Amino acid sequence: MITRRIQYELAGRVFGPALLSFEAWQKRLKRRGKKRGPSPFGPPLESVKKLKEVMSLHYLEGRYADGAVPVAWVTSGFPVELLRPLGFHTVYPENHGALCGVQRIVPELSDAAEKEGWSRDLCSYARTDLGSVLLGKTPAGRLPKPDLLACCTNICQTVLYWYRCLADHFRVPLVLLDTPYVYGEARPHHLEYVRDQLGELIEVVEKLTGKRVDMDEIVGIVRKAREGTRLWGECLATARARPAPWTGIDGFFHLAPIVTLRGSEECNAYYRLLLDELGDRVKRGIGGIVDERRRLLWDNLPMWYGVRELSTLLAERGFNFVCTTYTNAWAEAGSRIDPADPMGSAVLAYTHIILNQDLPNRLDIMRRLSKDYSVDGAVLHSDRSCKPYSIGQIDLKERLARELGIRVLILEADHNDQRAWSPEQGNTRLGAFMESFS
Amino acid sequence: MSDAVAIGVDCGSTTTKAVAIDSGGRILYSVVERSHPRIEEQTERCLALLRERTGAAASVPIGATGYGRKRIAASRVLTEITCHARGAFFHTGKACTLVDMGGQDTKVIRVGPGGDVQDFAMNDKCAAGTGRFLEVILARLEVPLDEIAQRAAGEARPVSISSTCTVFAESEVISLVAQGEPVAGILAGLHRSLASRVASLAGSMAADADVRMSGGVAKNATMVEALGRALGRPIGVLPDPQLVGALGAALWVR
Repeated sequence: MITRRIQYELAGRVFGPALLSFEAWQKRLKRRGKKRGPSPFGPPLESVKKLKEVMSLHYLEGRYADGAVPVAWVTSGFPVELLRPLGFHTVYPENHGALCGVQRIVPELSDAAEKEGWSRDLCSYARTDLGSVLLGKTPAGRLPKPDLLACCTNICQTVLYWYRCLADHFRVPLVLLDTPYVYGEARPHHLEYVRDQLGELIEVVEKLTGKRVDMDEIVGIVRKAREGTRLWGECLATARARPAPWTGIDGFFHLAPIVTLRGSEECNAYYRLLLDELGDRVKRGIGGIVDERRRLLWDNLPMWYGVRELSTLLAERGFNFVCTTYTNAWAEAGSRIDPADPMGSAVLAYTHIILNQDLPNRLDIMRRLSKDYSVDGAVLHSDRSCKPYSIGQIDLKERLARELGIRVLILEADHNDQRAWSPEQGNTRLGAFMESFS
Repeated sequence: MSDAVAIGVDCGSTTTKAVAIDSGGRILYSVVERSHPRIEEQTERCLALLRERTGAAASVPIGATGYGRKRIAASRVLTEITCHARGAFFHTGKACTLVDMGGQDTKVIRVGPGGDVQDFAMNDKCAAGTGRFLEVILARLEVPLDEIAQRAAGEARPVSISSTCTVFAESEVISLVAQGEPVAGILAGLHRSLASRVASLAGSMAADADVRMSGGVAKNATMVEALGRALGRPIGVLPDPQLVGALGAALWVR
């Protein structure tokens, strides 16, 4: 235990930073003398280096976390603020899934899961994660084994069954926060139901760690989480400027800290840095793409395996995704967090996640984003893997087009499994969509 | 001196079409060939033939569209949606909803009063609901394309056929033939099934619209009739429906 703890601390504080500095030095050496070729994108964000460092350190620490500190695998919509005071190292299988998606190793992982009987019709994050567990394969080197699985149904119901499979595999407890679907505003008895579960959940984690949850510590973490989501929201809001200082695709990547490190100082420090840089780019008129002619909204998760190609195809013709409902979700939910009432506000915030809200709410969000970010059009990604996010898009498309007079395209793909994306057909649709603006 | 002012090439998944037009948009000469994997060679051959027949100079601009559009040395490369809309607007001169049924794509395009593309929908993931679907099943029934109307005529009761998947539908048809179902009933069912799929793709775009049809499948009168029934309104087939995409491509560079 002590050796493991020393390894864990050293990974995060000494070896990790040293390794990253070495890698950065090697990269600089390789790039020396090489000039950046013609690109439809603006100069790369300097903050990317720090983002890489923060996330790499998180995954590097994770390699030594089990046996050193309690480890929880959590869904993206789980109130992680409750786990942080107990010293949990958290792993986000969805974020890790996205990492696998970007690296295009999902078919291999999914095949392993499918071979064990999970259907290809399941969410590709679930298949990626289960396949990664079965094969022990991950671009992060190694994921720590969980002591606890923490799941919240505010993003979908699949997570419950997925985490049950994980619980069965790892033989560890699974805690569930079940959030009733919200029509309009959540009703008092819904909130009471969620709040009761939070109480039960605290009992389980206290028993597991042998520690008591300190309310003062929770307040401190909730305060940081609120600050983090505020900063994230401000980063996103810089794209209201013309030209937007970054692309929506950049936003997908810069989302990682608010998902995985929410409530920590390193998360907030990162977003302060990013916000400074974005603010500076706005002042200097530097755009995420060189020639911004049309501004678009993106709905749903990205296609992790193809974001760069998609972004390039659009950027070459002057189109930029200046806002996305997905990245906005983390800014939106956080606004309800209140350090004065950490438990009550956590219940409110985590119940009112975009995916747990009805279509009128989603339409409101899209309408607001479209206006705030002055978009000319919208692309609604009909995600084969994420039905809760994709349902209702045909109606949303018609309403947005009719009410706002913008052009809207539904693009069929999948967020993580490239086998469900037909580039020829997809690019023709995007091409025709862009041509329709001229 | 030649009257040809523009050339349009529509390199589709099943057939390649090329047209040369005069300044009024009239088609002077057209070529339709089964698409060949060697796109560049085939296009060159078609272009040479067009130039020979119309006397078009090598400097006449070329608009390219269709699946193979990026392989064609053209003045302008545009998607099929934009070109079909332009071609349709040339014929109608007003807003309409165009159903283009090609080899592997079925598109429904809402063309605005100025000829712009206001909205469109295409079949996704699967070619069921396209010309290929018809081709596969007709080949299985050993019915040539030009005999459909004659063979489907009469009081035949349409047999229900699934249109979820072309391959599955083919097995279904084999089984129906084996059970002794008359070909006329299978043909009627096949067209009805296809029409219902296209109608569902069209959704609200076909409501209260002047619906026109283009693409190779528009030459199949049985299909046009079935689609009209599924949409609950008559369908106007555009002149030379198979050439509408190539015509649109030529009009863009005219």
